[in-house]
Amino acid sequence: MEKNFLYEWFSKRIPLKNMIEFGKKKTVPVHKYSVWYYFGGICLFLFVVQVLTGIMLLLYYRPTAESAFESVQFIVTQVKFGWLVRSIHSWAANILIAASFIHMFSVYLMKSYRPPREMTWLTGFFLLLIFLAFGFSGYLLPWNELAFFATQVGTNMAGAIPLVGGYIKTFLRGGEEVTGATLIRFFGFHVAVLPGITTVLLAIHIYLVQVHGMSAPIGIEKNKIKEEPFFPNFILKDMVGWSLVLTLLVFLSVFFPWEIGVKADPFASAPVGIKPEWYFMFMFITLKFIPGKVLFFEGEVLGIFGFIFAGIIWMLLPFFDKKAAQEKRSTFFTLIGVFVILYISVITIVGYMLPGK
Amino acid sequence: MNNNKEVNIPRRSFIDYLLGGSILALIASVLYPTIKFIMPPKVPEASQSSVKAAKVGELAPNSYKIFRMGTKPGILIHTEDGKFIAMSAVCTHLGCIIQYRPDMQHVWCACHNGHFDLNGKVISGPPPLPLEVFQVNIVGDEIIVSKKG
Repeated sequence: MEKNFLYEWFSKRIPLKNMIEFGKKKTVPVHKYSVWYYFGGICLFLFVVQVLTGIMLLLYYRPTAESAFESVQFIVTQVKFGWLVRSIHSWAANILIAASFIHMFSVYLMKSYRPPREMTWLTGFFLLLIFLAFGFSGYLLPWNELAFFATQVGTNMAGAIPLVGGYIKTFLRGGEEVTGATLIRFFGFHVAVLPGITTVLLAIHIYLVQVHGMSAPIGIEKNKIKEEPFFPNFILKDMVGWSLVLTLLVFLSVFFPWEIGVKADPFASAPVGIKPEWYFMFMFITLKFIPGKVLFFEGEVLGIFGFIFAGIIWMLLPFFDKKAAQEKRSTFFTLIGVFVILYISVITIVGYMLPGK
Repeated sequence: MNNNKEVNIPRRSFIDYLLGGSILALIASVLYPTIKFIMPPKVPEASQSSVKAAKVGELAPNSYKIFRMGTKPGILIHTEDGKFIAMSAVCTHLGCIIQYRPDMQHVWCACHNGHFDLNGKVISGPPPLPLEVFQVNIVGDEIIVSKKG
């Protein structure tokens, strides 16, 4: 009786009935590619892990050049389970980016971006960019040597853009050099600006997924397709996926705890064999391979423009793929996707095989 | 066939207990480190039992100074008749930092109007306990304050 009363009270104020009706009706297509559906949920789960562990780290972290490194040391050595929480935060960041790439490429190859889901693709694309920005800004926060130089290099790359580059660099660094001002700025981006943007994008992204439902790949006929109820069948499988990811996360964090490194010294030379994080490796190596001068252009500038251009094309591909929009196979776009995956994988592997210099 | 049904129900509930139990175990194994992490570790208190609080000429008669005693503030009072008195500056009521009132010639806490005499005893107001009084020694021109006992 009382349960009913509470339900009635809330359902008058919140459209609970509609939500429950929606949940009852929601189904998910079953086919041989269904496994790829779980990666979006895995990204969401990892994002929640990041929010929770991030808030926990905030309790002890101090974002100044004088004490950032020491506060991370304090977390890792003094705070109970501090080593675990920090390790999980670092590992989950990496797995989140990896899962986002997998999610994106699976969506791409299944052409799930075709009408009416272009906006879902766009918001997803921006979410990946934001996650990369999270990775870049978070990397500096322990204020260790590697992070210091990664920021030096990364902000310098932004500075290489003609005309506006200098301003962007100064804005990012909070001055001319990478200093404590940069650290506080990156901290602000990492814990306030980016989470705010993410929340909005994520809300739209997930809302659109609910509105449109899961996309079935082209060629699997809509009326013949098997469906399973979202609740509880799909959500339970989702949770199995999450617990597997959690297990992986804890395994990696316990057996390969994230290093603290050496405290940054703005007056020391960069360590030998310095490399970016794996998800920036393909850009780093590509820029290395472009010669210093190409015709009248500086190689680096050309490379950066190349990446910006390629990124914009990738973002807009759903709008060019007319065949997929008509529910026809579009081999050309599949080939583009395969090419991009191969390019990024091969160049990244090359990056790790190249000797230190 | 009826028999079969009777066997199936406990088996089903056994699985339910197993599932429920492992979900509880999972929740516990996440919550335990979380709670432990949230509670800050004890920072070893710089247990200084003796500090240089001031120089002899520094304080005029009928005035005071707050000094650091380890991690906590102490108060050094130069009384009107030239004596040096030192005690804890943390009010025993709600932990505000107390001050010496030259007009009343005793110690006063501004937060809730607590009054202490120069022996640290509560004269009036809400503080439940007296202030800890320290020992004062003058070595050369330095005033050394140390904990008693």
